[in-house]
Amino acid sequence: MSAFQGTADRDEPNHVRNDSGAPDRRAAAAHAAHELAAKRIIVGYGFWIFLLSDIIMFSAFFATYAVLVGNTAGGPSGRDLFNLRNVGIETACLLLSSFTCGLASIGARMRSGFWFHGAMTVTFVLGAAFLGIEIHEFADMVAAGAGPTRSAFLSAFFTLVGCHGLHVTAGLLWLLTMMAQVVAKGYRADILRRILCFGLFWHTLDIIWVALFTVVYLMGVGQ
Amino acid sequence: MLGKLSWGAIPFDQPIPLVTGAVVVLAIIAVLAWITLKGWLPYLWREWITSVDHKRIGIMYTMLAMVMLLRGFADAIMMRAQQALAFRSDGYLPPEHYNQIFSAHGTLMIFFVAMPFVIGLMNLVVPLQLGVRDVAFPTLNSVSFWLTATGALLINISLVVGEFARTGWLPFPPLSEITYSPGVGVDYYLWSLQISGVGTLLTGVNFVTTVLKIHAPGMTYMRMPVFCWTTLAANLMIVAAFPILTATLAMLLLDRYLGFHFFTNDAGGNVMMFMNLIWVWGHPEVYILILPAFGVFSEVIATFSGKPLFGYRSMVMATMAICLLSFTVWLHHFFAMGSGADVNAVFGITSTIIAVPTGVKIFNWLFTMFGGRIVYATPMLWSIGFMVTFVIGGVTGVLLAVPPVDFVVHESLFEVAHFHNVIIGGVLFGAFAGYTYWFPKAFGFRLHEGLGKAAFWCWLVGFYLAFMPLYVVGLMGMTRRMQHYDVPDWRPWLLIAAGGAVVILAGIILLIVQLGVSIHRREELRDVTGDPWNGRSLEWATPSPPPAFNFAALPRVEGGDAYWSMKQRAIQRAALNDEPVYTDIEMPRNSPTGFICAFFATFMGFALIWHIWWIAILAVLGAYATFVVFAWRDRVEYFIPADVVARIDRANRSARGEALAQLPGALRMTP
Repeated sequence: MSAFQGTADRDEPNHVRNDSGAPDRRAAAAHAAHELAAKRIIVGYGFWIFLLSDIIMFSAFFATYAVLVGNTAGGPSGRDLFNLRNVGIETACLLLSSFTCGLASIGARMRSGFWFHGAMTVTFVLGAAFLGIEIHEFADMVAAGAGPTRSAFLSAFFTLVGCHGLHVTAGLLWLLTMMAQVVAKGYRADILRRILCFGLFWHTLDIIWVALFTVVYLMGVGQ
Repeated sequence: MLGKLSWGAIPFDQPIPLVTGAVVVLAIIAVLAWITLKGWLPYLWREWITSVDHKRIGIMYTMLAMVMLLRGFADAIMMRAQQALAFRSDGYLPPEHYNQIFSAHGTLMIFFVAMPFVIGLMNLVVPLQLGVRDVAFPTLNSVSFWLTATGALLINISLVVGEFARTGWLPFPPLSEITYSPGVGVDYYLWSLQISGVGTLLTGVNFVTTVLKIHAPGMTYMRMPVFCWTTLAANLMIVAAFPILTATLAMLLLDRYLGFHFFTNDAGGNVMMFMNLIWVWGHPEVYILILPAFGVFSEVIATFSGKPLFGYRSMVMATMAICLLSFTVWLHHFFAMGSGADVNAVFGITSTIIAVPTGVKIFNWLFTMFGGRIVYATPMLWSIGFMVTFVIGGVTGVLLAVPPVDFVVHESLFEVAHFHNVIIGGVLFGAFAGYTYWFPKAFGFRLHEGLGKAAFWCWLVGFYLAFMPLYVVGLMGMTRRMQHYDVPDWRPWLLIAAGGAVVILAGIILLIVQLGVSIHRREELRDVTGDPWNGRSLEWATPSPPPAFNFAALPRVEGGDAYWSMKQRAIQRAALNDEPVYTDIEMPRNSPTGFICAFFATFMGFALIWHIWWIAILAVLGAYATFVVFAWRDRVEYFIPADVVARIDRANRSARGEALAQLPGALRMTP
């Protein structure tokens, strides 16, 4: 066999074809006008898919936490450990940082060094404050004998909250890298796409924190 | 300084791994020395190791899969030999070693044979079928491949440095917890899968974006070849399922390394939670493997029947239905856990329902063949062998989905026979069909037909000889993973199964000989036009092998079976379509990012396995630095000048023009 051999258009014995013919033509022409999607769309889309996978990973940790929340093995429960005032400050820091991250995106789009670097710096400070409070909370718990090895509940708690904290740490590292990139390279198209992805990442951490605050802390204290 | 690592890690007292390891190390050194002496190293680095070309990455994935197939099969034939010998005796493998072998066999075959094989085929074919020049994220693609290779490397290091897990291919706690598996075997398993899992996840992100967002003009979703649809479904499942694997293995790592209590027996840990989590990933995983194989069969059967695929829309629907349903059946892997009759019944019913879309596919393939002019080329033989074999595996699967039956044959060799029936008869046959079918596209010459057919028959006969007896002994009550036994009734069946493994070995040898002979005779097997099988989809519109840019001008798609209708027009006009206006083409530059990342990942994994913390920290910093350097690049693309594009395309056009001119006159005149 080779190309073209026997390719005369024989009638289909089953009279089945893949597509319905005429009406599709117009859609095809419209699509052809667009050619390929813009890079910005593709990068943003791909990053969204990645974020969805990240959310699924968190959902596995959430499910684990829900299964193990009662397994305190005679140790302390959430009601004994959680300090809502600290967690409230943490939440305020993170939600505000999402707002300033949005300002930084606008600043980048306006090519305004003041707004971009200013808002990114504030975002960093708020994120670092969040992380500091979280580390402090963890250290206090470990010092009080309520570390992750104490019970299955605490293992699940430290893993779920710690995984979010690791994401914030990675985000802070990324944030600094982006600021350095803008200083070194300016507002190039590929760097703007990375800023877009960073923004999506940071806002997603916020969404996860809202779920975390509710499921772990509010429900934990309310039990 | 070196953590737990010492000379005691090398198994000087065990000749089998030591000699094997020595031979492999010598072979690798010999190959490296040969390459260096021949001066091919710069070429390999420039054109392959740093390549971001989806076709080359696809070829490297496939090569990795085939090499690992040899390793996995060596494990398999050792197990069959052990069970043939170990009747009322200890056989030749001590229990500790036997346990490592069946664990390594399963891990390698699923993660480093089946996965890279189907991902390799996707890489090679999907952008070509979509009529575009690359995947969405070419450098990320290279990172994915090299991380997968890292995982494979770590598992093979465990052969000579330390040990591998003795827990089976899924490390069920509490056996896999530090209390009962204090050695490094489970850690090898965990880190190798975590690292390659990142690679797989990134592949998922890459291909979902590619299939959904990057098409040639006019290539609407309902005009995509079915292989693109099954690729989409498989990668959606990767994105949705692999993060759960990552999370689950991370929990086991925390248990082992830091004394957490997720799956321990004490302090409130919950062992059965591991079963739930691992199978929420594990069941979609088998569909991640089989759906791309279904896609290959859809392409092959349509091509070699000379007809469009029957029921294209129902095929797409069935694919997406399986994609969704695969997430609703995980509990059938542990009916015996005791979730109660109601829960078991629900999962039994959902598991049975999956047989419906699968049945739709089988009938679609049959009706595609019905009334077609079937050419029994090697890929078609694999497809027909698949249809017969897979139906048997599917039926035993439906049996296992019935909870009362499952209680009887759970963890027996019946189950082992079932999943080999669907994975060899489905995934592996599909991989071989795709390998034979697309080999000329990748390399520009066909594989030897006679040897390919001989390999197929050895595999088919060997498969039935090796696994049908396991159904029988399974029903007689033989459980899986037995190092020795003393039931005389089982013996003859296990001897037949060992014979079957030898026939499969002949099939593997024939595949290797086929490759060698085909390379030797490549001039007579040359594919001049780029369309050796009279194909239907756009990959056959490119020269073989395709140039880096795939298409000189993006094709305009005006219907399903895009390339077929182009050929129809050419025959009617008795001329090719008009020469396009050639322009400069922008392509992504090669990048060593993937290789360097994998280099650091290998050190990180190895250091974490052996508790060498300073190397692990350095490796993480190195990987981060690699990303920053990559992000700092200023030139990310290069241009292929229009005259080069024109030269390559005109050469191919003249070959196609000659093929068209040689058609019999009557055929050309037929409207």
